[in-house]
Amino acid sequence: MAEKPAADQEPSLPQLPKSPTGISGFDQITEGGVPRGRPTLVCGGPGSGKTLFSMEFLVKGAVEYGEPGVFVAFEERPEELTKNVASLGFDLADLAARKKLLLDHVHIERSELEVTGEYDLEGFFVRLGYLIDSIGAKRIVIDTLEALFASLPNEAILRAELRRLFRWLKGRGMTAMITAERGLDEATLTRHGLEEYVSDCVILLDHRVSGQISTRRLRIVKYRGSYHGTNEYPFLIERQGISILPISAVELRHHVSTDRVSSGISRLDTMLAGGYYRGSSILISGTAGSGKSSFASSFAAAACRSGERCLYFAFEESEPQIKRNMAAIGLDLGAWTGQGLLRFEAARPTVYGLEMHLVRMHAAIEAFQPAAVVMDPISNMTAMGNPREVNAMLSRLIDFLKEKGITSVFTTLAHPESTEETEVAISSLIDTWLLLRTVEMSGERNRTLFILKSRGMAHSNQVREFLITDRGIELTNVYIGEGLVFTGSAREAQEAKDRAEALARRQEIEQRRRAHERQRRLIESQIATLQTQLDQEEEDLKMALAQMELRDKARSVSNRRQEELRRADAVDERAGSTGRGRGKEKHHG
Amino acid sequence: MFGDNPGNGEHRGRSMYELRLYIAGVTPKSLAAIGNLKKICREHLKNQCTIEVIDLLKNPQLAQSDQILAIPTLVRRLPSSIKKVIGDLSRTEQVLSGLDLGSHDK
Repeated sequence: MAEKPAADQEPSLPQLPKSPTGISGFDQITEGGVPRGRPTLVCGGPGSGKTLFSMEFLVKGAVEYGEPGVFVAFEERPEELTKNVASLGFDLADLAARKKLLLDHVHIERSELEVTGEYDLEGFFVRLGYLIDSIGAKRIVIDTLEALFASLPNEAILRAELRRLFRWLKGRGMTAMITAERGLDEATLTRHGLEEYVSDCVILLDHRVSGQISTRRLRIVKYRGSYHGTNEYPFLIERQGISILPISAVELRHHVSTDRVSSGISRLDTMLAGGYYRGSSILISGTAGSGKSSFASSFAAAACRSGERCLYFAFEESEPQIKRNMAAIGLDLGAWTGQGLLRFEAARPTVYGLEMHLVRMHAAIEAFQPAAVVMDPISNMTAMGNPREVNAMLSRLIDFLKEKGITSVFTTLAHPESTEETEVAISSLIDTWLLLRTVEMSGERNRTLFILKSRGMAHSNQVREFLITDRGIELTNVYIGEGLVFTGSAREAQEAKDRAEALARRQEIEQRRRAHERQRRLIESQIATLQTQLDQEEEDLKMALAQMELRDKARSVSNRRQEELRRADAVDERAGSTGRGRGKEKHHG
Repeated sequence: MFGDNPGNGEHRGRSMYELRLYIAGVTPKSLAAIGNLKKICREHLKNQCTIEVIDLLKNPQLAQSDQILAIPTLVRRLPSSIKKVIGDLSRTEQVLSGLDLGSHDK
């Protein structure tokens, strides 16, 4: 990861010469170490690890890079220092005997000191020069130079002399590390503004305690002429010295693979249209006892079966416990550990701080170079820091795994009520998320599986029931009825019930059809009857009408006769009409 | 190293005040310090002192063993319990009080 960003930015500029510190991770984030032949300022509060950091720089320089070094201590006596760093495996007495490292203790007793008139620090220069020459030192540490301000008055002289000191160190080509106390307020890096003199490289160490767990962090405040990560990097002081977690991957530039790897469960592979993507991250969340570890172990076994190495981080159970449990479901993990394809790293989360875990994981991954990683479960990590920090760390870890192309499976315990909400924070980092649930129905708890998401692949949307059998995890046939997924014996009962119901429905339909037929025939016959009635009615009506007409005619004839006889009315105009009628009548009559 | 002994050797021995002045090469500051020291010795210490001038450029190892940082540094080795005075010794009163010698004069 080291060369890429700088090479992209300034391909033409030659890189600043650098001296490797040998501090695990530091040389990666600075792309090679501290500036060679120049002073570097290391500042931090009390107990932030300044002395150890600079001591490791010196010891590693002497042991690994053949550069002898001088350690000038203002605060600690050589004996104390030797004893303090012995716990990290640094044998200063031996190094001193082999003329690889010199310890000098500068002791100024303010009470026995009087200052009168002008002075300079030439004595200090002579002293340094003598120490450097006596072992041919290439590196020097001054811890902490600011003690001078407490011991000697006349700040103006001191400042001028410090300026001269840094020039002098540069002039001698010394790769120097100067430590300084953190300023009292956050704005100043050092109490006496030493950063003003050291313009090449400034490193800030920090030590915070939150939630009773301490975390150490390192930040490169400034590195002139060089690319450097600007993040805060967590670090640890371990048995082997300082270890920095060099996580960069700011740019999400992982190599993306379209290869699939098996989940270890064939029908799950089908649901995922071929398995997990190689190098992706998979989250398996579920309530207690929903089978998370079994899924994780199936995946681990599948990786081993295909001849790949898998690293299993167990945060809850011990290795023998996991092996025994998985043997019960037909996964012989012991065989894979025997072949060296599977390795367990078990640790209780509460034993170390979050960073410690991550650095350890990091180291284990670097050492074993697995193709697959299982972390079971990550939910316990939240006990180690506040959620924001945990997420930040996990995201760095996931980035790291992706960068390495390692397929990783995380399990996490979810509460039954909030199965989908709890992991929202890390879900964005996850490519494939399987949700395991236990469904309680008719006195049974049955396990179901659902693919909550799976980036970049077609995947089944179905809730599936699965069984944990002595042959491993088996997904059952899907059975859906009345809008529910049935599981367990309820599924079988429901299937039988549905079959019976279907038959009943068929019979009922047949019955109704026959009834309808009967009804139709009945109605048709009624229609025929009514039609007959209607015809009869019409016939009667016609006859009645004919009779009425005849009667009318008869009456009108008799009326006309009366008119003619009476001659009472003017009949002229009516004569026409009646005349016609008369004519007709005549014709009839 | 140019040892210098302006004190009176025969008179009560030289052990009353044993002083050491550390310098780094001959500079105006170191010459001033030597001159001032001699004057103080003559005028206030009745010449009952041994003055040893050490040039760290010639004996650099002494800077470490004698814990010398600033130049010039005057060290009172005797009477015991070490006292140090830093600077060109231009202010006599301060030098005397720094060497805890003031009372002897008054």
